Amino acid sequence: MSNQVKLLQGNEACVEGAVLAGVRFFAGYPITPSTEIAEGMARRLPRIGGRFIQMEDEIASMAAIIGASCAGSKSMTATSGPGFSLMQENLGYAYITETPCVVVDVQRGGPSTGLPTKISQSDTMQAAYGTHGDYYAIVLAPSSVEESLHLTVKAVNYSEMYRTPVIVLLDEVLGHMREKVVIPALDEIEVQERRRPAVPPDWYKHYAITATGVSAMASFGEGYRFNVTGLTHDELGFPTAVPREIKAMLDKLKDKVVKNADAIAEFESTEMDDDPKVAILSYGIVSRAAKQAVAMAREQRLKVGAIRPKTIWPLSESKVRDLLKPVRQLIVAELNQGQLINMVKQCIDRNHTELIPLQKYDGELITPSEILHKIKEVKHHAN
Amino acid sequence: MQTKSDIVHHYLRPKKKFPHVWCSGCGLGVILGSLIRSIDALQMPKDDIVVCSGIGCSSRLPVYIDFNTLHTTHGRAIAFATGVKFSNPRLKVIVVTGDGDCLAIGGNHFIHACRRNIDITVILVNNWIYGMTGGQFSPTTPTGKIGSTAPYGNIEQTFDPTKLAIAAGAAYVARSTVYHVDQLDKMIKGGLEKKGFSVVEVISNCHTYFGRLNKEGDAVEMLTWMKAHAMPIQAARKLPPEKMEGKFVTGLLHDEEKQEYCDRYAQLSEDLMKKTEARP
Repeated sequence: MSNQVKLLQGNEACVEGAVLAGVRFFAGYPITPSTEIAEGMARRLPRIGGRFIQMEDEIASMAAIIGASCAGSKSMTATSGPGFSLMQENLGYAYITETPCVVVDVQRGGPSTGLPTKISQSDTMQAAYGTHGDYYAIVLAPSSVEESLHLTVKAVNYSEMYRTPVIVLLDEVLGHMREKVVIPALDEIEVQERRRPAVPPDWYKHYAITATGVSAMASFGEGYRFNVTGLTHDELGFPTAVPREIKAMLDKLKDKVVKNADAIAEFESTEMDDDPKVAILSYGIVSRAAKQAVAMAREQRLKVGAIRPKTIWPLSESKVRDLLKPVRQLIVAELNQGQLINMVKQCIDRNHTELIPLQKYDGELITPSEILHKIKEVKHHAN
Repeated sequence: MQTKSDIVHHYLRPKKKFPHVWCSGCGLGVILGSLIRSIDALQMPKDDIVVCSGIGCSSRLPVYIDFNTLHTTHGRAIAFATGVKFSNPRLKVIVVTGDGDCLAIGGNHFIHACRRNIDITVILVNNWIYGMTGGQFSPTTPTGKIGSTAPYGNIEQTFDPTKLAIAAGAAYVARSTVYHVDQLDKMIKGGLEKKGFSVVEVISNCHTYFGRLNKEGDAVEMLTWMKAHAMPIQAARKLPPEKMEGKFVTGLLHDEEKQEYCDRYAQLSEDLMKKTEARP
């Protein structure tokens, strides 16, 4: 099949990406501004032998995709802030049971019902820390419609490779705006499958401790007859209260993400080659404005660069430090009251790099000129 | 000859460290045995059976049996089971749940699964109380009865899960008790055989909390109460309402043929795929 070029919304691009990556099960509940993903899946899946179900709420949607994944399907749901809050309960279950699945959160303003049709990046913290207990999330954030397709594929791949839920963070603008998308042929993209057990059922351990931290995974109905529980469990999957086994389980959840952080964490750099002392760090749609602001600043002979994490979590400390080597002042631009800047604080040397917040939370986008204004302000103080 | 206990042992998990978490005399042991006998009678392959549960005493049941087992979050078992079944309709999916799990926190999932008529069998263990957390009143605690959070008597109305299931669209609805074991085996077996959403409510005893708080005695006394107050539906139909005062009806309460959800979706999908192929 040859490439197709389409004019798509970010939400529609997620559908394309999911289908390419092999998602054949979607359970969801209508919510603005993510509904087009469910609508797209409802149209597509029955035509390709997949299954779409509209559940009674987001709690049930999350439950259904986990159940489907246990039965062997690559599964996904999509929602926005209020629904994402409801999903946190069973998202925790997916973390502790190490069940692959993907959740797309098309962010809108909060808290609570907030701003259903306005943009925000205020689920940044919730995406990484939304449910209770110790766990380590993988959170990807595209900045264009085309990238929404590719990072959805990557999210499905990571969920299979690391046996964990993966979050894709979109926002209201990215979800609804239309851009040109080249839909790749299936043989042009990398598709990963979960590792299957290579041992007979009697030897199978659903949570075997391995060198990579990731266990092979059997599906229900294949003869392995294992137990899956949200209780803290041993390698076989049975509830445990043994301190050594409790610690081993929690270390496993941590290690498989943290030890692979360098492989998972990806960044895009703009105009960073000449070692600018001032840079802008932002993610998602905001980084589009940041890129434009850098171009405007460069025209005015202001030496500025931009850094964009494509992976919000895990933030690879070594990669961040490397990128920030020349940077003495880092403007962190975001559509909330400082959720990203708090995460960045954890992994930089603040004696070396000063963090300057640029936060907007009035339901509108940050404009390139607002960022340029901030760049000039910072440059002025530095001189 | 294979005895009843041989059959049960064949289905217990060899690697699981017993003893189980239940109090001695708990009705859950009877239900475990009944479920196993029903599955054995139907000669269903172990590999094809998925047993899901939520949180509570009854929801610990799947951990002990040698099937594919999914012990989930409180109230959500039916939603997880829906994902399992719809993803792979070949699997036989059973949910074991309690009155708090299924009817309070999980009430919405229960109603909508009935409405979809998805092929899942729900064993609803009704002991009128939250046992695992220590005896709080539940949606089925009779009005006036004591719970640890209803120390002066429950002032709420109770509801009947079988009526709820029938009204919401379940295909098969039955009730039995842990005293009426032969009837219970029959009702569970019927539920497993039914293509569609089937609900078997099992009246069970929590003498540890309900019995103690309400001075209803030990396990034996509570079973004796069940024996005295259960009225098979065939007999109940012939009795005037005043004779049914204080009694409850047991047996097959509802059995209806209607299209099952996964079948309907598969048909839709097949038709759509044919249309797509037929296109030039």
